[in-house]
Amino acid sequence: MSTTLPGRTPGAGDEARAKAAADAEANAKANATAHATTNATAGPTETTRTAPPAIQLPRVSARRPVLVALVILIGAVLLGVSVGPADISLPTVLSGLLGHLPLIHYHSHTSALDWDVIWQIRLPGVVLGGMVGAMLAGGGAAYQGVFRNPLADPYLLGVAAGAGLGATIVIVESSGTDLNQILPFAAFAGAIGAVILTYLVGATSGRRASTASIVLAGVAVAALLTAIQTYLQQQHEPDLQGVYAWILGSLGTASWSDVTLILPYVALSAIVLFLHRRLLDVLRVGEEEAGALGVHAARVRLTVVAAATLGTAAAVSVSGLIGFVGIIVPHTVRLLSNASYRVVLPVSMIGGAAFLILADVVALNLQAPAQIPIGVVTAFVGAPFFLFLLRSRRTGVL
Amino acid sequence: MIGLEEVSVRYGRDAALAGVSAQVEDGEWAGLIGANGAGKTTLLRAIMRLVPFQGRTRLGGAPTDRMSRRDLARLVAYVPQKPELPAEMTVADYILLGRSPHIGYFGFEKTKDHEICAGLLDRLDLTRFAGRTLRTLSGGELQRLVLGRALAQEAPILLLDEPTSALDLGRRVDALEIVDTLRLEHGLTVLSAMHDLTLAGQFADRLILLADGAVAATGSPSEVLDEAVLSQHFGHQVQVLRSPDGELIVAPRRTA
Repeated sequence: MSTTLPGRTPGAGDEARAKAAADAEANAKANATAHATTNATAGPTETTRTAPPAIQLPRVSARRPVLVALVILIGAVLLGVSVGPADISLPTVLSGLLGHLPLIHYHSHTSALDWDVIWQIRLPGVVLGGMVGAMLAGGGAAYQGVFRNPLADPYLLGVAAGAGLGATIVIVESSGTDLNQILPFAAFAGAIGAVILTYLVGATSGRRASTASIVLAGVAVAALLTAIQTYLQQQHEPDLQGVYAWILGSLGTASWSDVTLILPYVALSAIVLFLHRRLLDVLRVGEEEAGALGVHAARVRLTVVAAATLGTAAAVSVSGLIGFVGIIVPHTVRLLSNASYRVVLPVSMIGGAAFLILADVVALNLQAPAQIPIGVVTAFVGAPFFLFLLRSRRTGVL
Repeated sequence: MIGLEEVSVRYGRDAALAGVSAQVEDGEWAGLIGANGAGKTTLLRAIMRLVPFQGRTRLGGAPTDRMSRRDLARLVAYVPQKPELPAEMTVADYILLGRSPHIGYFGFEKTKDHEICAGLLDRLDLTRFAGRTLRTLSGGELQRLVLGRALAQEAPILLLDEPTSALDLGRRVDALEIVDTLRLEHGLTVLSAMHDLTLAGQFADRLILLADGAVAATGSPSEVLDEAVLSQHFGHQVQVLRSPDGELIVAPRRTA
């Protein structure tokens, strides 16, 4: 038995064919008459392949939203580089950047001092902010997809609690000098470890791993790790300030070494998530129907969670726990553009990068020289904007 | 062809299916009837391997137990009783989901997939909705769309779970006529759980009556739609009438 429809011989006899032709003719509606009838009379076995329909399916195109997001990102980068304690004018920034681009022979008018500020201080922060924002927003979108839960964010399975505990242990146990070197690794290890623990517990409880059992395991693991972290903080009160500062998140001390440290993880994670955008759309009809469509939902979920965890763990290990980005950015994209993951995933990554760069500009400059924790800014600016969107647009965001 | 050998499913301690054996021939439309809880849905889910079961299922002669999900989905398309319909998904995106079994893990739809889906939308009179979201469609339109997604799989076997339960009388007949037309056009094998016994008798070539998870009767509609048999297994008095043009009509009888 052939497994394809067009061109295969019907099991029923000629009588049946004649009946089908007659039925098809009778059913053909006015606007479809021309080609449906031709097919029916020419032979009922040839429906779609021989006569390509005149109508084209409207395809989801991510091009326009991606372009818009890229323009916003470029604007955010330029702003992030030029605004600071010592303002560098936009033309100076552009001139400096152009002058240092390879293959372009442009004589820059930017002074060496300005360029040092741009290259050593501003750009690393902007690039790191962009990477962290892209990971948190892209990870959030991916988590919302595999768990089919609008409240899912990258911290759902314990990334934040694990990173927090890892960082806390290092801060309270280590003595000073090597702290900044060890901290990212401890946070990264804690984050990955927490998610593995969640998955081991959640995916093996009951006969089949359901999304609910994994999410609930994540809640329990996060509660446990946070309890341990709180206990450690209580026992080491002098270190409280350091732990607190880390948890609130900061990009203020970013350097190129931070960027290169997390780049491999972020790049791998972003590529894997991006490649799953069609499958995330299939999962929108639920695990069971996805299975009936030939998609192994649990396998997709594991791959996506692994990729998102790797990326977000790397991000938080250098930036601290910046909240809210993973929820508001993907939903903003859904509300403003399209709910297909072919749009939501890439646009969330680009938009998340832009959002965090802009948030960092506010965090660094609003009360300069004092810094506001960037997590405070993302929530303080993001929440009202998101509530406004939610009220003004349609509901039903997933 | 669908071949079922001693298929059993247990939900905890309760047996939902107790050794069902049945066969549906190529090109045949078999109607699965029975009271609520008789095991109709469970049987369809077992064929789709959506529920753990004992026994053997064969599709087109091949055993399904070691088949990959993808291969299974190329062989059989399944329309659940209450399909998940993402409100913000467009009609075009939804029907394209049916091409999933033909697309590689990291692959994307090609022109051919778009053509097949565009042709089906045209066939089901849904072309004008292609760019609209599912939220904006009526029950009848959604029903046709769900059927379209199943047909986009180009599988030779179609499993339908109460395909018309949400529709009014006229739309029910419309939906079943479309299934019948497409079945004859493409030589599909259809196994459908059906609530409305009159329609089951009119559309199915053969009926399989399930009662308490076992096959209670099987045969042509005129054999199975028997007052005594139905009254016994539906736990209610029914009368089977014959319309002037020979169609069977099954109607409940008031007890009081």
